[in-house]
Amino acid sequence: MTLWFVFALMTVAAIFAVLLPLGRSGRAQNQGSEVAVYKDQLAEIERDLAAGLIAAPEAEAARVEISRRLLAAAGSEPASEPTSSLKWRRAAAVLALAGLPLIAISVYMPLGSPRLQDFPLAQRERGAGSGMALENLVVQVEQHLEKNPTDGRGWNVLAPVLVRLGRFDDAVRAYRNSLTYNGESSERRADLGEAIAAAAGGVVTAEAKTEFERAHGLNADDPKANYFLGLAAEQDGRKDDAANIWRALLAKAPADAPWRPLVQTSLARVGGGGATMPALSDETVAASKDMNEGDRNAMVRGMVERLATRLKQNGDDVEGWLRLVRAYLVMGDRDKAMGASTDARQAVANDAARLRQLNEGLKTLGLDG
Amino acid sequence: MIAESGHYALVLALGLALIQSIVPLIGARLRDAALMNVARSAALAQLLFVGASFIALVMLHVNSDFSVANVYENSHSMKPLIYKITGVWGNHEGSMLLWVSILASFGGMVAAFGNNLPLSLRAHVLAVQAWIASAFYLFILVTSNPFLRIANPPIEGRDLNPVLQDIGLAVHPPMLYLGYVGFSISFSFAIAALMEGRIDAAWARWVRPWTLVAWIFLTLGIAMGSYWAYYELGWGGWWFWDPVENASLMPWLAGTALLHSALVMEKRNALKVWTILLSILTFSLSLLGTFLVRSGVITSVHAFATDPTRGVFILLILCLFIGGSLSLFAGRATSLKQGGLFAPISREGALVLNNLLLSVACAVVLFGTLYPLAMEALDFKMSVGAPFYNLTFVPLFALLLLAVPLGPMLAWKRGDLLGVTQRLLAAGVAALVVIAIVWAWTRGGSALAPLAIGLGVFVIGGAMTDLSERTGLFRLPFATTLHRARGLPRSAWGAAFAHAGLGIALIGIVCETTWNSEYIATMKQNDVAHVAGYDLKLDGLSQRQGPNFREMIAEFNVSRDGEKISVMTPSKRNFTTRGSSTTEAALLTRGASQLYVSLGDATADGAIAVRIYHKPLVLLIWWGPVLMAFGGMLSLSDRRLRVGAPKPARAKQRLQPAE
Repeated sequence: MTLWFVFALMTVAAIFAVLLPLGRSGRAQNQGSEVAVYKDQLAEIERDLAAGLIAAPEAEAARVEISRRLLAAAGSEPASEPTSSLKWRRAAAVLALAGLPLIAISVYMPLGSPRLQDFPLAQRERGAGSGMALENLVVQVEQHLEKNPTDGRGWNVLAPVLVRLGRFDDAVRAYRNSLTYNGESSERRADLGEAIAAAAGGVVTAEAKTEFERAHGLNADDPKANYFLGLAAEQDGRKDDAANIWRALLAKAPADAPWRPLVQTSLARVGGGGATMPALSDETVAASKDMNEGDRNAMVRGMVERLATRLKQNGDDVEGWLRLVRAYLVMGDRDKAMGASTDARQAVANDAARLRQLNEGLKTLGLDG
Repeated sequence: MIAESGHYALVLALGLALIQSIVPLIGARLRDAALMNVARSAALAQLLFVGASFIALVMLHVNSDFSVANVYENSHSMKPLIYKITGVWGNHEGSMLLWVSILASFGGMVAAFGNNLPLSLRAHVLAVQAWIASAFYLFILVTSNPFLRIANPPIEGRDLNPVLQDIGLAVHPPMLYLGYVGFSISFSFAIAALMEGRIDAAWARWVRPWTLVAWIFLTLGIAMGSYWAYYELGWGGWWFWDPVENASLMPWLAGTALLHSALVMEKRNALKVWTILLSILTFSLSLLGTFLVRSGVITSVHAFATDPTRGVFILLILCLFIGGSLSLFAGRATSLKQGGLFAPISREGALVLNNLLLSVACAVVLFGTLYPLAMEALDFKMSVGAPFYNLTFVPLFALLLLAVPLGPMLAWKRGDLLGVTQRLLAAGVAALVVIAIVWAWTRGGSALAPLAIGLGVFVIGGAMTDLSERTGLFRLPFATTLHRARGLPRSAWGAAFAHAGLGIALIGIVCETTWNSEYIATMKQNDVAHVAGYDLKLDGLSQRQGPNFREMIAEFNVSRDGEKISVMTPSKRNFTTRGSSTTEAALLTRGASQLYVSLGDATADGAIAVRIYHKPLVLLIWWGPVLMAFGGMLSLSDRRLRVGAPKPARAKQRLQPAE
């Protein structure tokens, strides 16, 4: 509201600037004229003559010349007195009163973004606790690492965050640095492979595969390396190999391993059978990015629909709403995500704390306003 | 709030400019004072709103508000405050906003201080200003809006082009724009005169201060830009005949011609039509410069905009204003009354010669700038560089400089060339002596160099002779001389300083180009370079972290004949955000000469490529223009009216018509 008030004030000031002179009726204006200039020039000659800068004959010649100009100018001075045309003044006033706001609004509305608030740096830094804080931290860590590039722990912390932010190329670099300064480990190799695959849009490239093989070489039981080697086999069309790898992985896996459902789904996809639908966890959604298009959609859509139905019955679950919105975003369905966030806002509108939690979460997802 | 208010203020300025471009003209037709006065308050209000808009953008940059696309693209939160501010005009959108802000402030100044103008002239002038302003407001709002927003502001900006992160950006563009845009006033006055069909000596009196202001700023702006290129680009060059440099040189040449022809018009009521034409051409060349820089037809550090729609839009503005004003000129020029008469050998005649040479020089530069562009459009790659200008521009300027001392000493209306030549004898002798000394001293380099230096001395000597003639130095008792010197119009002092500045710049240019010595090598620690009698020892390399860059500093110990003089620390800066680097040359000033060290790439084994130049008297190149601008300011401060007292006819002489 304040913004529109400021706009209105500015508009009034602009209109006033046009109306002000129109209100002043034909008072005598002090204005310059040619005659004045020539009279001053004549006076100037006298001064120069007195100062000895020009000689008497030259002064005389100049005087004659300027007097001639003076006569000509006096002759051509407009004889008619200034008029005042009320009709035109009214027209100008109307132009200012109606035209100015009209022009301003019709130019500003398509170009401006009156609903966006200012967002100076100071405010961004104060806004800790939200998703912005995470990105802020990332920037700070990156700046720190720029000055101390050999800080292995820093790279270790930074890399997974970069993956989560979707900056896969930077994540690949971070994992490489982490490997350089922290030494070899199967987890790091596998993570690097995952980042390379993510950067390639989910395809386990030859480069990524090399990393998984190295990880596998370091630790034959590394679940991530095994899972992705299976995925690589599947993408190469060797479904049986993939099924074998995954089956072996499941056999060795502890019963409560969080990635179990994912592997089971994958196994079911290549015809390994015996898969139960896992609950929709973040990991599942993220991992589903690595599958091929059709499978992913089929799998995720089913789960998402169930979540949506559940939330319609019980809308108090902020985490659930956020998961749903994120799922829609991952699926590339921005409209549905917007719709879901609107529904969520309505569902928790009565609870201020939940609403704030929801809004901050949505901001993290890039869906504020 | 700040962003949107700034945006809205700009829109309101457009609205006011549109009203200001119509209402005063109707008022002038009807002779209605109130309607004509709308121009004045509208111009002041326009200044207020554009100023607010500009300040808003500055605040957004200072606050690092990356929700504004322009700030995000050209700023960085770690940038030092000064570059946050100067970064406002270090990009296309912001610099256009600065452009219109300056345009509005010139309009506002005419409105505020134009009390000595006839009402209808002021109304016409401000209306024409408003046409220009409207066109550029529209251009900014439609194609280069600095207030566009980003819904999800990024956390960090993309930083300003590192080359521009320099104090030069704080000075060079505003000065240059004050020059470019200042000529819009003389353009507006010319169009107003054509529309009113009245032009006379008084007109020149009213235009004079505006042209002078524009000229002073343009002179300083060009000199500043040249010095900036000299120390920042790392090659020690100060003028490249780059199309963008030419784009600023052309209005300067035309503006200098205008300054002189307006003088004839003010004093002798002659050369009226020519002066009007020059006013139009000068501003047209300023617009052409704007077009060249922003349309993307050329690539250089200045060409920030490479968006074709912008180019087309500016081309449209260009055609509209240049075409419109020239057709108006063609239609109305014949109806203007002819003015005073003068003989070919006279002050007026000398000024006509000055105008002739300057216009031809300007045409040469225009040709050299546009011809390669036209050829490129036809798929011929070619560049017109220094050799072309050495063959064309330089002889023209040499001729001009030869005539410079003669001009101010000739009498108005009819002069005595022989007498003037006699009085210039001292300056000529001084020049010859200097030529002989330089010749004997150097015996090397170009044979033309001593002659050119002699020419420079002649110009300076001529300016001094003029002053001593007028004050009667050596001829009259000293007290009288002092009295006359005090009574001498400041414009006469100004002219002498400006002309002497030309000579000084010439000497600097000749010395720098002829006798500069360079040393390019890969140096290791404790290596010593010998350049022009100086020994530079590389003490070592070190790394340092700046606010938004990392730099490698090399330390050189400079000594001469075993005596330690100073330490020079050139550096190479790496800007991570843009992934680019700049070289920061180190300069050591000795008198007017400079030692110049800049770094190249480092090799793996700790050695570094180094360029060392010794540039004799190089600073004179920029002291000259500064002196010229100082002369301009002296002349500007002279509020007295000018009278060209014509020399009365002694015998019967056939007079030539003025035009």
